Amino acid sequence: MISADESNVIETRGLRRVFRSGKRTVEAVAGVDLTVRKGEIFGFLGPNGAGKTTTLRMLSTLLPPSGGTAHVAGCDLLRQPDRVRERIGYVGQAGGADREITGRRELVFQGRLYGLSAEAAKARAQELIEKLELETCADRKVGTYSGGQKRRLDIGLGLTHDPQLLFLDEPTTGLDPQSRARVWDEVQRMHERGITVFLTTHYLDEADALCDRIAIIDYGKIVAEGTPEELKRAVAGDVVTLSVGGDRQQAALDLLKAQPFVREASTEDGMVRLYVDRGEEAMPAILRLLDGSALQLRTMELHRPSLDDVFLRQTGRSLRETAA
Amino acid sequence: MKLLRDTWLVFGRYWGLLIRNPAWVIIGVVQPLLYLLLFAPLLKPMASFPGFPHGGAYNVFVPGLLVQLGMFGAAGVGFSLISELRFGVIERLRVTPVSRVALLLGRAMRDVISIIVQSLILILLALPFGLSINPVGVVVVLALIALIGLLTASVAYAVALWLRSEDSYAPLIFTSTLPLLLTSGVLLPLSFAPDWLKAIAALNPLSYAVDAARAVFLAHLSDPSVAKGVLIMAVLCAVSVVFGARAFSRAAA
Repeated sequence: MISADESNVIETRGLRRVFRSGKRTVEAVAGVDLTVRKGEIFGFLGPNGAGKTTTLRMLSTLLPPSGGTAHVAGCDLLRQPDRVRERIGYVGQAGGADREITGRRELVFQGRLYGLSAEAAKARAQELIEKLELETCADRKVGTYSGGQKRRLDIGLGLTHDPQLLFLDEPTTGLDPQSRARVWDEVQRMHERGITVFLTTHYLDEADALCDRIAIIDYGKIVAEGTPEELKRAVAGDVVTLSVGGDRQQAALDLLKAQPFVREASTEDGMVRLYVDRGEEAMPAILRLLDGSALQLRTMELHRPSLDDVFLRQTGRSLRETAA
Repeated sequence: MKLLRDTWLVFGRYWGLLIRNPAWVIIGVVQPLLYLLLFAPLLKPMASFPGFPHGGAYNVFVPGLLVQLGMFGAAGVGFSLISELRFGVIERLRVTPVSRVALLLGRAMRDVISIIVQSLILILLALPFGLSINPVGVVVVLALIALIGLLTASVAYAVALWLRSEDSYAPLIFTSTLPLLLTSGVLLPLSFAPDWLKAIAALNPLSYAVDAARAVFLAHLSDPSVAKGVLIMAVLCAVSVVFGARAFSRAAA
């Protein structure tokens, strides 16, 4: 039994989920410890099949855990799933609105499911329609919506009961850049209103731009957790790539590898690749070294780590390769 | 209280979807109507055969058609559920605090009401052919058909939640309902059947429903087979509702 810290909206210890298929058992989530603080935008990343969606489904009461403990929105997930449901919103990948029904009807119905009276549900639906700029399509069937309109409606359904925690499962997958930006704005607005947002994404730039903190899951376990800055600093370091004249990259590599500020070095496609702690200090040092040698520097580039580098280091895969 | 409210809400949603697209209610009536027009006339001369129940060919045949309508009408309801699963609708509803029993009952109530409407249409259409009825009998038969519909719909939804794909749902549903119907004597009374077929029918709960419906339409309301058939259907119905509601609360993946 863990204590439910008021400032943490999600707190899990050793959360597990085992699936059985025939005689084989697969541990999709193998003991996850997560802490999501009140009011933050938390990004949950991982390759397909890493346990991302399974974790999300457990936290949102859709799937009972096989083991471990979890507090979500101040309630015990295993003992009080009904109370958790009252306090969370969930927007799945597929959305959840019926194509044959109008957006307004769906919003009203959703409000009624959360216990609002018919009048209150209608008023709330109208409020959400205005807030999410769905006026032009609210009275049409959902099947006629554009990708962006559909996604905004899905978010509206998740926000109907004003939850303190909203789960978004890949909220921008398949959207055009403009609609994507609108979803980002919407998430920012929730953040300003104090709603905690837990989102999964395949886009690392999205995680970097939106999230206060990030966790990366792989093979059912958390392999990294922290702010995007922390993760980038801790894992990757800066990368300096340079080329030298006369096909002498091997000589340059030997020279630079010996330097104390170089963590790792390799050659690739005729370029020398150096991992260094602080790129801005390494570059002048490299310049001086090469000036004093017989090697002729042709180009030099500094590359700051992205979350993609973090991901590559932690999981051995690029997220882009694993994205479905 | 919450269960009633939630059931009513869920019913309202699916009823709304039905009346905005009533085409399939008509389709549901067409099949039994074809039996009535193209198959029932064959029974007329048979009505005088020894062993054929007395009371008129249509009073023997229509109860069977109604049971068939109750089962076939509800067996296909899983298709719409599977498409809702695909669009995430079921997942979205399951994250709300709505009662899981209501998720099943609200939908199934809609299915039952549409079956009752179809049954009434069929009874009315059969009258000019020579069906004779009494009001109490109609009420009892409709109650029986409602139980069969609720039973079948609950099982159909549970199976749909389990299989999650039309490609496996369709063959399973249609290969299991047809033998059930054939061994229950829906088309012809089992009084003509060889002993081995009668033995199979005795194991098929649906044959008791057919017996009950037929007894009602042959004006034997007090016949013990009526109470027996209704009771067997009511018990199976209760079990299947529990089974179906569990499927809604557990639906994984």
